[in-house]
Amino acid sequence: MKNAVGRDIPESLLTNGREVYQGKNYMDGKYMQKAAPKTRRYEKPQESKIVDSIVDALKAVGARSGMTFSFHHHLRNGDFVVNMVMQAAIEELGLDEITIAATSLGEAHDPVAQYIEDGKVVAIQTSGIRGKIGEVVSAGKLKTPAIIRSHGGRPRAIEAGEVHIDIAVVAAPTSDCVGNCRGIGGKSNCGSLGYAMTDAKYADHVIVVTDCLVDFPNMPASVEAIDVDAVVVVDSIGNPKKIASAAARISQNPRDLMMAENVAKVIASTPYFKDGFSFQTGVGGPSLAANLFLEQEMNKRGIKMGWAIGGICGPMVEMLKKGLVGKVIDVQDFDLDAVNSINQTPGHYEMSASQYANPANKGAFVNKLDFVVLAALEIDTGFNVNVLTGSDGVLRGAPGGHPDTAAGSKCCIIVTPLVRGRMATVCKNVVTVTTPGDCVDVLVTDYGIAVNPLRPDLIQCLDEAGIPHVTIESLQEKAYSLVGTPDDLEWEDKVVAVLEARDGTILDVVRKIKPVKL
Amino acid sequence: MIPRPRPERFRLRRSMMFMNAQKPGLIKDAYIYGVDSIMLDLEDAVAENQKDAARFSLYHALKTIDYGDTEVIVRINGLDTPHWQEDIRVCVAGGADGIRIAKCESAQDVLTVEKAVEEAEKEFGVEVGRTLLMAALESPKGILNAYEICAASPRMFGVAISGGDFRKCMQTKPTVSGVDMLVARGQMLIAARAAGVQCFDTVFTDLDDTEGFLAEVRQNKEMGFDGKSLINPKQIRPVHEIFAPTEKEVAQAEAWVSAFREAQAKGIGVFTVNGKMVDVAFIPGAERTLKLAKACGMYEGDLV
Repeated sequence: MKNAVGRDIPESLLTNGREVYQGKNYMDGKYMQKAAPKTRRYEKPQESKIVDSIVDALKAVGARSGMTFSFHHHLRNGDFVVNMVMQAAIEELGLDEITIAATSLGEAHDPVAQYIEDGKVVAIQTSGIRGKIGEVVSAGKLKTPAIIRSHGGRPRAIEAGEVHIDIAVVAAPTSDCVGNCRGIGGKSNCGSLGYAMTDAKYADHVIVVTDCLVDFPNMPASVEAIDVDAVVVVDSIGNPKKIASAAARISQNPRDLMMAENVAKVIASTPYFKDGFSFQTGVGGPSLAANLFLEQEMNKRGIKMGWAIGGICGPMVEMLKKGLVGKVIDVQDFDLDAVNSINQTPGHYEMSASQYANPANKGAFVNKLDFVVLAALEIDTGFNVNVLTGSDGVLRGAPGGHPDTAAGSKCCIIVTPLVRGRMATVCKNVVTVTTPGDCVDVLVTDYGIAVNPLRPDLIQCLDEAGIPHVTIESLQEKAYSLVGTPDDLEWEDKVVAVLEARDGTILDVVRKIKPVKL
Repeated sequence: MIPRPRPERFRLRRSMMFMNAQKPGLIKDAYIYGVDSIMLDLEDAVAENQKDAARFSLYHALKTIDYGDTEVIVRINGLDTPHWQEDIRVCVAGGADGIRIAKCESAQDVLTVEKAVEEAEKEFGVEVGRTLLMAALESPKGILNAYEICAASPRMFGVAISGGDFRKCMQTKPTVSGVDMLVARGQMLIAARAAGVQCFDTVFTDLDDTEGFLAEVRQNKEMGFDGKSLINPKQIRPVHEIFAPTEKEVAQAEAWVSAFREAQAKGIGVFTVNGKMVDVAFIPGAERTLKLAKACGMYEGDLV
């Protein structure tokens, strides 16, 4: 069945009331029944919840085959915890039929690929899927199709009971003996623990893994002891060098800077650019550099930003400290400047993934966003964006908060070079639709700007500001004239991943790619 | 193959950005930054044993990349090297808009290059006279002979000073005030104006010294330069901003030109605009201001 972005969704997936994507805000006003976890009562006072090992913690919460384990990705590519827990569960306890429900999975989790090949891990639900896991899933080795959700779609699915977490594992830079967790104060600091918050509230059992035990009470706690069953202290939860990079520097690449400057010009041309406006940007070269030029536009106009959300890194913290931004609220911190600022710098707060981006709650932050600046692996002439699959059709990306911020914001700007090497970024049809075109407003490339025809108001803004723009078709033609027209990918029938829209409908599927024959 | 229109001898050249002709990543789309002219370098940026590879890269770029309105000039190797003849053949065969003669010291140098260019034009079936020339003055002798160099050929559109070599000869270093090259710049400007060609300043190499760069560009404009040589795209916008006319200048130029056209139609020579007497002598300058304003997005009328 064709959905609203023209993708053919197999009927076999449309069971249990599951629908295909119908367009933005389709579920608005509908009611949902929230799913409550079944949790154990600890009425008798406990001196401590510390157990000796991950195996003991798993035993303590009754881990068995067929269960769903949740993880969060604040330790990014430095994370040790997913692998430690999976090794304990599979190799030491002999469990199988395991579902991993993670907020993101990356190269750090390459060892999990083997458990997929061995048939021990049979299902994966995640936002990001990269490295070897992406390769084995793309090769059709996971028993069931992986489910890919946005950062807002995941808490929605958890709250709706579409994914029921048996055991949530919290990788905590600091914890006390009963499981009050914070993302700072230890040796593997990550700042915000926003993605772990919903998991901890909705899981039947919660295990905290930390490498820095601190005195009770560890306040203010991101994950609270009232939700935690067991605490394990290990030598190291991750590699600090890969958890938070040194201060993110604004790109000096003239191409990035030129695009960033145009992003700021587009922003300044709209009526939303006024005192107190709200903003989110990514950490990629041109997205991050947009901060710099936005600051100049703000100074020119004599206005300040009301608040910013993200994924946050140093340049935004810098603007907060300079008083150019009122408040910064984040689910994740990308560099040490941000890690060391959250809950420390006045005005820098933490929020949960649900509060950030969930489309089914009563008003997430993304719904109040004026502007979001995002990157793309590909964008097609329908303004549909792909941030999940590579040009070879293999899973190697993450929708993250992309679809959520695009849908919620008043003005969503995609910034990307027209071509990357021999790859056309602006193309006729993206490999996978991860953010539907009806949520994307403006495209800024190094070869020109295009505005979605769905937004004649923005076209008028650019015209009045004298910002030249062209059709997205002309950018796509330019891209193909530079690097050639790509051949269509060849797929087998088997669906290896289902891409869920943030509202729970099906936006697209990824099929098994046919091996390349030269 | 990309056909390029016939080069214009006098066009807007506020910014000329140097880039190594051997770096495909740089030259493939250098026009996106909005520079007026790009200067593909076969000389100092290219290692001695890479000259041939750079020529192949240059030829391929000229033949396959659509640079649009951006002027494409090539800096060839000096006449004291074994490379310049082959450089010229490649430029002409590829259809470059112009050639920058490195280390030019006399009218004879221009004539020597012109002869080779003409031969190449005939060899490759290019319209004779199509390829423009400009000269880089890099030595005291070049500065002393500036006028005869500027006036040596109808192909000449301009002259530029090259600070690095010139300062070496003069045993000076760059100064904040620009006094080290003040006389040379002045003499070159006078010669260029006397010969009716354009005049460009040297590059500013310290990319981190934004203030120093801006000060030098402002001085360039005050002295009467047409433009500046650049080494990085981030230098383009400040140059265009500084070389842009003020809104008042644009309004005045517009008033003068339109009044002149009206007066001309009525057969009147001298007339007044806002109480000021204006005659034909003011008009070329006013038209130049309007053209510049148009390029800067400050003027949208149809007087130019």
